[in-house]
Amino acid sequence: MATPAPADPAAAAAAKHRVGLRRLRLPSGRAAVIGVPYVWLLAFFLLPFAVVVKIAVSQMGTVQPEDLLTWADGQLTLRLTFGHFGLIFTDPLYVGTYLRSVQYAALTTVLCLLIGYPFAYFMARARAAVQPVLLMLVMLPFWTSFLLRTYAWKGLLTANGWAHDVIVGSGLDHVLAALGLIATPGQLMNTPFSLVLGMTYTYLPFMVLPLYGNLAKMDLRLLEAAQDLGATPWVAFWRVTVPLSKAGIIAGSMLVFIPCIGEFVIPELLGGPETMMIGRVIWDELFANNDWPMASAVAGLMILLIIVPIALFQKYQAQAQEQRR
Amino acid sequence: MKPSRAHLWFGRAWLAAGYFFLFAPIVSLIVYSFNDSPVPNVWRGFSLRWYEALLQDDDLLASLWLSLKIAFLTACGAVVLGTLAAFTLVKYTRFRGRTVFAGMVSAPLVMPEVVIGLALLLTLVSLQRAIGVPERGMLTIWMGHLLVGMAYATVVIQARLRDLNPQLEEAAMDLGARPHQVFWLVTLPMIAQSLVSAWLLTFTLSLDDVVLAGFLSGPGSTTMPLVILSRARLGLNPGVNAVATVIVVIVAIGVVLASYFIARAERQRSRELAAAARG
Repeated sequence: MATPAPADPAAAAAAKHRVGLRRLRLPSGRAAVIGVPYVWLLAFFLLPFAVVVKIAVSQMGTVQPEDLLTWADGQLTLRLTFGHFGLIFTDPLYVGTYLRSVQYAALTTVLCLLIGYPFAYFMARARAAVQPVLLMLVMLPFWTSFLLRTYAWKGLLTANGWAHDVIVGSGLDHVLAALGLIATPGQLMNTPFSLVLGMTYTYLPFMVLPLYGNLAKMDLRLLEAAQDLGATPWVAFWRVTVPLSKAGIIAGSMLVFIPCIGEFVIPELLGGPETMMIGRVIWDELFANNDWPMASAVAGLMILLIIVPIALFQKYQAQAQEQRR
Repeated sequence: MKPSRAHLWFGRAWLAAGYFFLFAPIVSLIVYSFNDSPVPNVWRGFSLRWYEALLQDDDLLASLWLSLKIAFLTACGAVVLGTLAAFTLVKYTRFRGRTVFAGMVSAPLVMPEVVIGLALLLTLVSLQRAIGVPERGMLTIWMGHLLVGMAYATVVIQARLRDLNPQLEEAAMDLGARPHQVFWLVTLPMIAQSLVSAWLLTFTLSLDDVVLAGFLSGPGSTTMPLVILSRARLGLNPGVNAVATVIVVIVAIGVVLASYFIARAERQRSRELAAAARG
């Protein structure tokens, strides 16, 4: 028999009666179970990101980036360049794209929250028997192709599509034009409006699901207590329900904001030339300009842009899971 | 606390409007796939002409076949890797590099696909220039899908594994089962439903992916979403509606059937557990 691995002191203290059993686990099996996914992730996740960082600080050669380290005439030279990052910050084209992406993602997040919060709230307060059905109906579009659902809006918003006819017929397009979401009344497609509508539609379930999870587990006796103490339902909603669902609100918002920043397909199908977002810039730098370092630098800055939202998401997601216990 | 009538009706109206918003585009997409008019958006009567055209469309059918192959391989690979990763995260709470591992497993879930696609592409092309493999094509698309699919599969399987009662596995070990026997005979049957869910989820994700495939595909390896995207870019196309309808119907049937069987197996299992508890 193989020598048993030394039992971890903390684990042993936590579960004294199980220690003997734990020792029976096959050490080699453990190494393989951990090792296979570990090596895979190192090779296909960590290494590629190291490559992106490396290329972002390299000079572009004729076909591929030049090596950072060169060995010539007995001398080792390291050449790093931060020129690509400098260019991004000084060129209004890049700066504008970043600002636009943030703006569209933020607008989408707010719209998803405005539609999704009441939606999740009423789902969570529906009769217990219908809740699984309501939940499944929210998840069903999730399973149907994202590309095709985006394409569907293209049909609805072009001339003769019924959503187009309803919006133009009711004069809403003048409101949208006044808000600056469309350039000319009557022309809905390939505008910031169609882009934000498409993103709101696509990411609404991402907002509703965490909010529902949170609101469905809320202790309703707290609301009764608030009312007993004289709060109107409206006051109780704002002072009890909303603060208690904070973790759900933040998790859902980040779950919408983060993918919107990097969105590629929706701007391609529903956006126009003036609604270009970061994803498209990365694509063009790579495939149209063959400028690997620039594409990598743009992608690197995009990650920096979403790192705070990701951290927020992780924190509140963990909190929401704690509450579930 | 009794909600007021107005509150009740406002709630119902909001839910109805919300579901209308979620489903109306899909329904119109399906309805217009039966439109007999070559001009999109102008209804001219019922017809199956776009479905007939679909059967003649060799480009699309070839891309569908490729997409199905990739999706199948992705789902299988993701379930295997996802099971290992979930097992690692739940059972081995302490080993060196666990934090890094946990971070890497969940990172593809929140990382924009454009960045993942770019990173994998640059790495694979550098590799190809250095040693000659891999050629961009089915294999590279599969690698990209597997990376993201594994993350989703891990989340699904991990949730199930965490809820398992460890006493069952310990009882099996007490009775002399070897660790691999415990896994195959006790753990695996209990997490089987989550494996099915993970398989279906990663299959649909792979079948739907545009961005990773766009970065990682090579000449001659165009997946179906890429074909659909390039056609949809050019404008409305009733043929795309027909493909959409076929996919939506197949996936909807698959999801409904799977959730029915999962629910049934769940009930069966809880009945058996209750019977066992009664002794």
